[in-house]
Amino acid sequence: MKIIILGNGVSGITAARFIRKWSDHDISVISDETDYFFSRTALMYVYMGHMRPTDIRPYEDWFWKKNRIELLRARVTAVDFKTKTLKASNGETVSYDKLILATGSQSNKFGWPGQELDGVHGLYSWQDLEAMERHSEGLKRAVIVGGGLIGIEMAEMFHSRHIPVTFLVRENSFWDAILPPPESAMVNRHILEHGIDLQLGTELKEILQDEHGKCRAVNTSKDTLIDCGFVGLTVGVSPNVGFLKNTELEIKRGILVNEYLETNISDVYAIGDCVEIRNPQPGRRPIEAVWYTGRIMGETLAHSICGRRTAYNPGIWFNSAKFLDIEYQVYGEIQAKLPDNQAELYWEHPDGKKSIRLNYERASGRVLGFNLMGVRYRQEVCEKWLRTGAHIEVVLQRLGLANFDPEFYPQHESELVAAYNRQTGKNVLLKQKRGLSAVLEFLR
Amino acid sequence: MRNESISIATPAPLLTTGKQKLGLLLAGLGILLILVVWAGGKAVAPVSLSLSAFGLCVAGVWIFIREEYLLRPEGIKNNGVWFSSLTARGIWGWLIGVIFTGFYVCLYWFPEYLTGLMQLFDPLSQALRGTAANQWFVYGTLYTGAVLIMGVKFIYKYRNNPYQRIRTFSVMFFQLGFAFLIPGLLMRLQQPEIYFTYFWPLSYYQGTPMAQAGYSGSELGTFFFFFGLAMFFIGTPVLTYFFGKRWYCSWVCGCGGLAETAGDPFRHLSDKSLNAWKIERWMVHGVLVFVFLVTALLWANVATGRSVLQGYSDIFYKSYSFLIGSIFSGVVGVGFYPLLGSRVWCRFGCPLAAWLGIWQRAKSKFRITVNGGQCISCGNCSTFCEMGIDVRAYAQRGQDVVRASCVGCGICSAVCPRGVLRLEGAERDVSHRTEQLRTVHVKVEDVGILKY
Repeated sequence: MKIIILGNGVSGITAARFIRKWSDHDISVISDETDYFFSRTALMYVYMGHMRPTDIRPYEDWFWKKNRIELLRARVTAVDFKTKTLKASNGETVSYDKLILATGSQSNKFGWPGQELDGVHGLYSWQDLEAMERHSEGLKRAVIVGGGLIGIEMAEMFHSRHIPVTFLVRENSFWDAILPPPESAMVNRHILEHGIDLQLGTELKEILQDEHGKCRAVNTSKDTLIDCGFVGLTVGVSPNVGFLKNTELEIKRGILVNEYLETNISDVYAIGDCVEIRNPQPGRRPIEAVWYTGRIMGETLAHSICGRRTAYNPGIWFNSAKFLDIEYQVYGEIQAKLPDNQAELYWEHPDGKKSIRLNYERASGRVLGFNLMGVRYRQEVCEKWLRTGAHIEVVLQRLGLANFDPEFYPQHESELVAAYNRQTGKNVLLKQKRGLSAVLEFLR
Repeated sequence: MRNESISIATPAPLLTTGKQKLGLLLAGLGILLILVVWAGGKAVAPVSLSLSAFGLCVAGVWIFIREEYLLRPEGIKNNGVWFSSLTARGIWGWLIGVIFTGFYVCLYWFPEYLTGLMQLFDPLSQALRGTAANQWFVYGTLYTGAVLIMGVKFIYKYRNNPYQRIRTFSVMFFQLGFAFLIPGLLMRLQQPEIYFTYFWPLSYYQGTPMAQAGYSGSELGTFFFFFGLAMFFIGTPVLTYFFGKRWYCSWVCGCGGLAETAGDPFRHLSDKSLNAWKIERWMVHGVLVFVFLVTALLWANVATGRSVLQGYSDIFYKSYSFLIGSIFSGVVGVGFYPLLGSRVWCRFGCPLAAWLGIWQRAKSKFRITVNGGQCISCGNCSTFCEMGIDVRAYAQRGQDVVRASCVGCGICSAVCPRGVLRLEGAERDVSHRTEQLRTVHVKVEDVGILKY
């Protein structure tokens, strides 16, 4: 059986690896982006000089041949689902028995005047990175539009090269649709501490061009003109499905799939960023462009292709990021605005760079989510509490189990417990410090 | 409206501040002074000259690194390590490599070229040991100085991380105390010059009959001889069981100390390929076998009354001393820092590391655990692993890292942008954890444990 995978990102490659592990099917991965799989999340580190391009490839180049995974560099322009053939931009056609669409995302653009100019780019693909590199030489200032995870990465990238950055954020506080107010404020402070020109409550109005058709300045919603040789558009991503539109494949924002990652056409599957799940699990969204969902989808689909039909189950929501020097982890449900039926327990370090938050259901005391800034918590432990609906006081007594900070780091769990006691007038005691043995016992 | 001053934040940081330029100038003057004395033969006023030459160097470097790190918010920044000529095998890297290598060649085989330099170290040698400086004192002092100065730099760079601060303080302490001051003072007290932190087989001499004979007049020497044996047979397995080999390699050992401090800017140059790992396993265990053979031959020689094996054992000992003791651990081990990374010797050559590694792999609580499914496969952990372990290969499948070569420096955990790795200890069997704690919500992948 011949399996063709469109896209060599984490979803497609994970599917390919596991299909190879469990079967002898012919596997071809087609990509127009790069010859080899790389970690998209690590693009920023190449620009910052932490790693070389080869270092962000999780597998050595010999791996693919040895595992009989054929890598093809081509751009597929059309799919004929009836004859089961793909058409590439060079005119060649390839046929398949099963097709896996893992085409990823593309950066959003919201119709701003000048958004197609030279020097205006998102940050998603290898080519985006090359563009950033190309425009960095002699760059006097970069303007970044959109206060999200990619925006702050891009700001850090230019900043690392001593290129002044102006960061336009539409909201009144960084990423405040996701982060609760104190955490969001912490990131605002931290961005400013680094000398990045953060402009909150400011939108892009237009991008102005010079005589060569290159961007030269932006105009903001406050009618401020900012000279810049580069504009980073980081206002989210959406499924990369353009070439599949107007075919019999059902697409809304992404390629619609059921819980088995099957599209409306038999033998055609979709995984990763390009997917829109018809009936997502509670607590999960239909489109989730994060690294691990792509990985889980790839592994899940490989089971199905190899004869064990398996439903996609991403489990309890989690995510992580790093805002310059401040690490961020979230487990479970943390809403930016606390719903009325929830209560919050929040502790922040006096230095303003660390915080721990536990949100819980007011009536039942059931813990709903963990939000960590500058502190590492252990996913398996948090997940078990969330899954079993553990009571906030049970969690607080054993909170040390969750601590994943390196040895000798101060443990702040007792401060969180004290905050709870102050808040509720109770007298909960912290009974457990961090340590792997107790964790293993707990997880058994 | 044109807005010239849009920023309320600080302007772009300068690449090199005025103070840093001053620091470079001072250090340059110090080096110049050293070179002049080195080349010029007899010095007029060695004490004041030494003080000013070394004082200028230390002060200059200190000013430079303070500015480099304290100007910026705390947090590890490896910005540009692959762009810089010094740290990415550019001209400066090669130049430093050649200078280091040349220094070792002089040290081992042409010490006469170091005579000019020695006089600068005489005052210190007289004060500490009560005798004139020789090339080994010059070496020991420069070595200790490098560990201390670059240790301070390391602490600035990683100042957000208590594990790194404490660990670096430890290697600085052991280098200064046990590998510099105590041996010096012992000499002054007419005792054998003993380095308590180096024992057989890293110090291949320490376990030989020659060493035993050499120590025979001294109680301290005899104690050290048996201390070394006890460390090898009992201390190493027990301590490694509880803490992993890091108790020695990245907390105590002088070779490790230099690699962790002076070698830190080069840690990413280690080779992470599977081939390198294969070579490493053959080489490092080969050296362990080699040193066992050499030592056994020497003892057999003594036992048989120097009848049977005399010629061979000498040849073996001398070739070990030349190939492993001088060329591998010195010339290649340190001289090639800017080319092959900071732990070439520890990874490919050190027989004690091999021995510690066997215990770490076979029977130790130590492992690096992975935080569920948070790994994004970025590769920072692998890149900055000085031992060339492909940490990412484990992290991205949620598998504990249990590797013979891991020295427990903790940098993988420190540079991870997602908080995925933690150095820790638990009794529970490794493969058990591998299966139970994967947080890919599909099914247990048939990973088992990576071989070795």
